[in-house]
Amino acid sequence: MEEIFQDIIIKKSDDYIINMGPQHPSTHGVLRFELCLLGETVKYIIPHCGYIHRGIEKMCEKNTYQQIIHLTDRFDYLSAHMNNEAVCLAVENALEVEVPERVKYIRTILAELNRIASHQLWWCAFGMDLGALTTFFYGLRDREPILDIFEESFGSRLLHSFNCPGGLMHDVHPNFQKKIKDFIKYFRKILPEYDQLLTGNIIFQQRSIGMGILSKEDAISYGVTGPSGRGSGFKCDVRKHHPYSAYSKVDFKEILYTEGDTFARYKARIDEMWESLNILEQLVDNMPAGDYTVKMKPIIKLPAGDYFQRVETARGELGCYIVSDGNKNPLRVKFRTPNFSNLFIINKLASGNKIADLVAISGSLDLVIPDIDR
Amino acid sequence: MDFNIYDFTSFTTWVHNALTSSMSPGWAMFVELAIVGVVFIAFYAVIGLYLVYAERKVCALIQNRKGPNRVGPFGLLQTIADLFKLLMKELIYIKNADKFLFNLAPFIVIIASFMAIAALPFAKGLHAIDLNIGIFYLFAVSSLGVIGILLAGWSSNSKYSLIGAIRSGAQVVSYELSVGLALLSIVIFSGSMQLSTIVESQANGWWIIKGHIPAIISFLIFLVASTAETNRGPFDLAEAESELTAGFHTEYSGIKFAFFFLAEYMNMFIVAAIAATVFLGGWMPFHIPGLDGMNHVMDYIPPFVWFMGKTAFIIFIMMWFKWTFPRLRIDQLLKLEWKYLLPLNLMNIVLIAFIVLMGWYIK
Repeated sequence: MEEIFQDIIIKKSDDYIINMGPQHPSTHGVLRFELCLLGETVKYIIPHCGYIHRGIEKMCEKNTYQQIIHLTDRFDYLSAHMNNEAVCLAVENALEVEVPERVKYIRTILAELNRIASHQLWWCAFGMDLGALTTFFYGLRDREPILDIFEESFGSRLLHSFNCPGGLMHDVHPNFQKKIKDFIKYFRKILPEYDQLLTGNIIFQQRSIGMGILSKEDAISYGVTGPSGRGSGFKCDVRKHHPYSAYSKVDFKEILYTEGDTFARYKARIDEMWESLNILEQLVDNMPAGDYTVKMKPIIKLPAGDYFQRVETARGELGCYIVSDGNKNPLRVKFRTPNFSNLFIINKLASGNKIADLVAISGSLDLVIPDIDR
Repeated sequence: MDFNIYDFTSFTTWVHNALTSSMSPGWAMFVELAIVGVVFIAFYAVIGLYLVYAERKVCALIQNRKGPNRVGPFGLLQTIADLFKLLMKELIYIKNADKFLFNLAPFIVIIASFMAIAALPFAKGLHAIDLNIGIFYLFAVSSLGVIGILLAGWSSNSKYSLIGAIRSGAQVVSYELSVGLALLSIVIFSGSMQLSTIVESQANGWWIIKGHIPAIISFLIFLVASTAETNRGPFDLAEAESELTAGFHTEYSGIKFAFFFLAEYMNMFIVAAIAATVFLGGWMPFHIPGLDGMNHVMDYIPPFVWFMGKTAFIIFIMMWFKWTFPRLRIDQLLKLEWKYLLPLNLMNIVLIAFIVLMGWYIK
C-alpha cells in the first residue's frame, strides 16, 4: 500500500499554476486539470472532477430497475449499450432468468458495434489532440453507418436504452444483419486508411512512442482497465476472462501490448477495432431465431441481497453493484466506472513531460467525463 | 500610353510622367505613394480574405467535406461576410491587461506583413520598391512580426497567451536562421540580393532546376522553415488549439483578432511569394531550351499569372502540410531546427559555394 501513495502531491505557494479546463478543447468535457508548470514542463497535475456530477447512483435508488437502464446511458454515453447491459445482466442474474439465445447474440453484436463506434470517435479526438485535424472527419464519416444501424433498429443514435431486464425492448429491424455485413465489408477496407493517415506518420510516432509509460504494476494498482490497461500488458478483458452474453461462443484474442506507452494504447484500440469486426463476423450470420425477451413481471423486485455484474465497455471494466432489500427500488447502487480509475493515473504518466504530452496522454486514456462524475 | 501586361515599366513611367507634368515633384511623389498604398491595402484585403476561403476549401477537400458553399456562388462571399461580422463584434478589454501594448500588438503584426509585400516583384516592372538588398529587407521585415506576437502574449495577462508567445518567440528566432541561409544559397547562385536581378537571372531556367541538388535541398529547407516561421501547422505551437486554446491571441476579439488572422494568411502568402520568386523563377515563364514552340506558348501567359500561379502552388503545399500532419512538440521543433536543418543548411551553403566556384551548375 505504501508505494501506491508515494506520489502524493505537495503544493507550494510559488508554483506556477495553470487551470486546464473546465472548458478546454482537449479535456473532452468539463474536467479540470490543475497544472503546475516549469516552463513547458508539467511538474504535477491535479485532476478535479465533479463538474458534471448528476448523482446517478442516488437517482437509481428512487427508480425501478427498468428506469435505471435509462440513467446508465448517461455516464459513458459512447458505450451506452454496455452500460445498459451491465444493469440488465445484474438484474437477470439476481432473478435467475435465462434470456433467449437471440438476445445474447444481439446484445453482443450491439456491444461490439458500440465499441467500434466509440473507438472511432476516440481516434478522431486523439488525432485532434495531437493537432492532426483531418482524423476527426475520417472517423466521423465511418461512424455514421453504425449510428444508422442503431437508428434503424432503436430509433436513437447515441443513447439507445434498448436493453431491458429480460431481453430487449423490441426486435431488431429486418435490415439489421444485412447492414452489419455491409458495414464489416466497408470498414475492413477503410480501416487501413487510419494507419496511413496517422499511425505511420513520423511526427505522430515521435509524439507517442515512449511517452507516458504506464507499468503493468501501476495499471493493476490504479485499476486502469480497458485498452489503456491492456496497452501495459494487464490482462483485464472481462469478455475473455469472465464471459457474459455470447462472448463464450466466439473466438477472439485479447489485445495485449507490453510497452505501456501512448503508442501501445493507441495500437491496442486500433487492433480492438479489427478484433471487434472479427467478433461481429462470427455472430452476425449465426443469429438464432426466437423471442427477443422473456416475459417479466411489470414490477421487478429483486430478492434481498447484493448483486454484482461486470462488463467490458469501450474504456474498461464497468462494475454494477446492486444492494436490494426486496423492494421495487434498489437500496443502494454503485457503479465502478472505468474512466474514474483511468483518470487518476494521469499525474503519474504526464508529470515531468511537456504540456503537449499531457494532452496526448490524456487523449490516449480516452476519458469520457460524465463517466468519471456519474 | 501603351499598356502592356508583359512589361509594366512603360505603364509606371507613364503614370509618373503624367503626375510630374501636372504637379510639383513633391506632390507627385505623395500621390504616387498614396496610389501604391491604396492598391496594396486593397490587394492585402483581397488576398487575405481569399486565402482564408482557399484554406477552407482545401481543408474541405482533404477532409471529405464541401467547405463554404452557401454565401454567394461557391461560398465566395463567405469570408467577406465573416469580416463584416468581425468588424461589428465588441472589442473585449481584459482587466489588468497592458492596454497600450494590447492594442499595439495586432498593428505590429499586420504592419510587418504589409512592409514585406512592398518588395515583392509581382511582374516585370510591377513592384513598389526594388531595393538592391531586397532579400535582406524581406528577411528583416518578416521577422518583425514576432515582436507583435510576443507583445500580444505578454500584454494579455493570460497564462495561455504567455506560453504561446514564448513558444512563438523561440520558434521564429530559430527558424529564421534556416530561412535566411536557404535564401542565401540562391544569393550565391545569382550573385545579387536584388529581387529583380534574381528573377532576371532565371530567364533561361529556374534556380531550382539550374542549381540542381543543392538548390532543391535549400528549397525544401525553405519550405519547412518558412512554414514554421509563419506559425502554421504542423508547427502551429504558438496557437496550438488543443493545448493552449488559441495561444497568443486567446484574449483578442473582433477586428483585432481578425488582424492576427489576416496577418497569418498574408505571411503565408509572403513566404510562398518569396519561394516562388527565388526558387521558381518569380514571374518568369517556364522555358525549356530548344523547344521554341512551347517557350512561345509559355510567353503568352502574363507574368502576373505565372507569379500568382507559383505562389498558389506553394501555398497549396503549405495547406496540405497543415491539414494532414500532427503537431510537433516544442522540444522536437527546436531539435529539428538546431540539430538537423541548420547543420544541413550550413553544409549546403559550403557545397553551393564550391559548385559556383567550379561552375558546376547550368548557366
